[in-house]
Amino acid sequence: MIHSLKFRAAIVSVVLLALFLGIWEGLNAPPGDTEPLTEYEKLMGGASQEARVPQPSAVFSLALEELGNPFYDAGPNDKGIGIQLGYSLYRVLTGFFMAALVALPVGFLVGMSPLMQKALNPFIQVLKPISPLAWMPLALFIIKDSEASAIFVIFICSIWPMLINTAFGVSNVRQDWVNVARTHELGHLKTAFQVILPAAAPTILTGMRISIGIAWLVIVAAEMLVGGTGIGYYVWNEWNNLDLTSVIFSILMIGIVGMLLDAALASVNRLVEYQE
Amino acid sequence: MSSHFVEVQGLAKRYPAPGRGEPLTVFEDANFGIDKGEFVCIIGHSGCGKSTILNILAGLDEASDGVVVMNGREVAGPSLERGVVFQNYSLLPWRSTLRNITFAVQARWPRWSREEVNAHSLRFLELVGLKGVEQRKPSQLSGGMRQRVSIARAFATQPQLLLMDEPFGALDALTRGMIQEELIRIWEETHQTVFMITHDVDEAILLADRILLMTNGPQARVAESVQVAIPRPRQRTDIIHHPDYYRIRNHLVDFLVNRSKELSGSAAGAEAQVGRYPRIVDPTREPESAVADQETCRQAAM
Repeated sequence: MIHSLKFRAAIVSVVLLALFLGIWEGLNAPPGDTEPLTEYEKLMGGASQEARVPQPSAVFSLALEELGNPFYDAGPNDKGIGIQLGYSLYRVLTGFFMAALVALPVGFLVGMSPLMQKALNPFIQVLKPISPLAWMPLALFIIKDSEASAIFVIFICSIWPMLINTAFGVSNVRQDWVNVARTHELGHLKTAFQVILPAAAPTILTGMRISIGIAWLVIVAAEMLVGGTGIGYYVWNEWNNLDLTSVIFSILMIGIVGMLLDAALASVNRLVEYQE
Repeated sequence: MSSHFVEVQGLAKRYPAPGRGEPLTVFEDANFGIDKGEFVCIIGHSGCGKSTILNILAGLDEASDGVVVMNGREVAGPSLERGVVFQNYSLLPWRSTLRNITFAVQARWPRWSREEVNAHSLRFLELVGLKGVEQRKPSQLSGGMRQRVSIARAFATQPQLLLMDEPFGALDALTRGMIQEELIRIWEETHQTVFMITHDVDEAILLADRILLMTNGPQARVAESVQVAIPRPRQRTDIIHHPDYYRIRNHLVDFLVNRSKELSGSAAGAEAQVGRYPRIVDPTREPESAVADQETCRQAAM
């Protein structure tokens, strides 16, 4: 019996997962009670004084509970996971699309004009390696709004991969295709939209994909700093509550949402891809 | 003033040498004309600047000296009046076959309706025998089919001058032969003025009314203009039996093998020219001597 590679890979994945969860569950099992708790022990909250990482089964039951009612709102420190993720997604997408509005035209300019490339390159090289969180104090001071500052941080970290990839894609469009545009007397705008943009689109989309990945990484840290709402704040808040089950659950959710964001951009990328 | 439809006068291309040396002259003093409806091929060894001449005619490159005049107006920059078929097809890979043609047709006639553009484009796809693959992307076509699309795109815009840069260079011999025949058929229908670069002597004789021969670069020149006085319509299989075929062919091969080197360089090249224009040669009317001698030598050797 020869199964497809996909099927065999799935089996290995499931086995690995089961192994991992099993070890995790086993290592963190609370000690079995040998005798009933005394009155004092009950008062002190249980027999074991040793803190343990919550078991996967606990995380799983919490996940069922949380995902069953993701949008409840019971005050500032108790909101459903859906609401928290919604806030984070809103910030990431706002910052990301604002960055796209700046990065794509500037990237086009840099890619088309050797002069602008040389002129802007020093700025890009210095600004690019700055950790986006380093902008936070300055953003808070200037914007005076924590919500907008978080969006600004996303904006500033999303801009570089998009800008650099757009410039690279645009400047590397094959001269043959540009010549086709020239021999057909296409104007600058038509050349940009009918030839250069479609030719550079896969490279640009790759930059956007990198950007949204970074933005999703950064939003967790940014929200831990600014607080209030969002998945980053949620993680930190649950840590302060010593609710590690929720922390592990939210870590998992961050991973899943990040994967979905990447998959969304990957499917857009497939739309603009072409084979030479 | 000039009697030709396209007039190339004193064309030269020089590249500045690195440092302070003499500039490198690829070719210079190229003078020739192309008449309306004429099919002209240009042959020369690599590096003699054929492609540069074609790019200057297209307006994609700039000459260091001299001018190109078409229809009484100097060529400055690319124009839809001069269609180009590039060696590597240069189709836009993200567009379907049909969209590659409509791209050109729309650029040529911006006011046409969508239906008119589509109908016109389809007609030219049909002309090159590509009905049924309109929706395929260029990557899903064979090399021969891609070059057909490229030819259809150029013909569809109905330029006054069609420039072809070694259009069949990348194709295998069988496909090449088929497309040559198609090109002949289309050319007989349209009587498009064509200027074409080729490396293939047989292809040039099959297609051209006149063949321009270039000496070797650097400092290449257009030394001869060879008349191909073989009557049309021509067919690939029949033309080799025409009595004049081998006289023309031998003349061309002799030029490429021997004289293109001898005449290379400034002074010798200038000698080959009559005045400023390349010597007009009709191998079929030349005294048999030179060509015949060689032929007998070759036969004796065999």
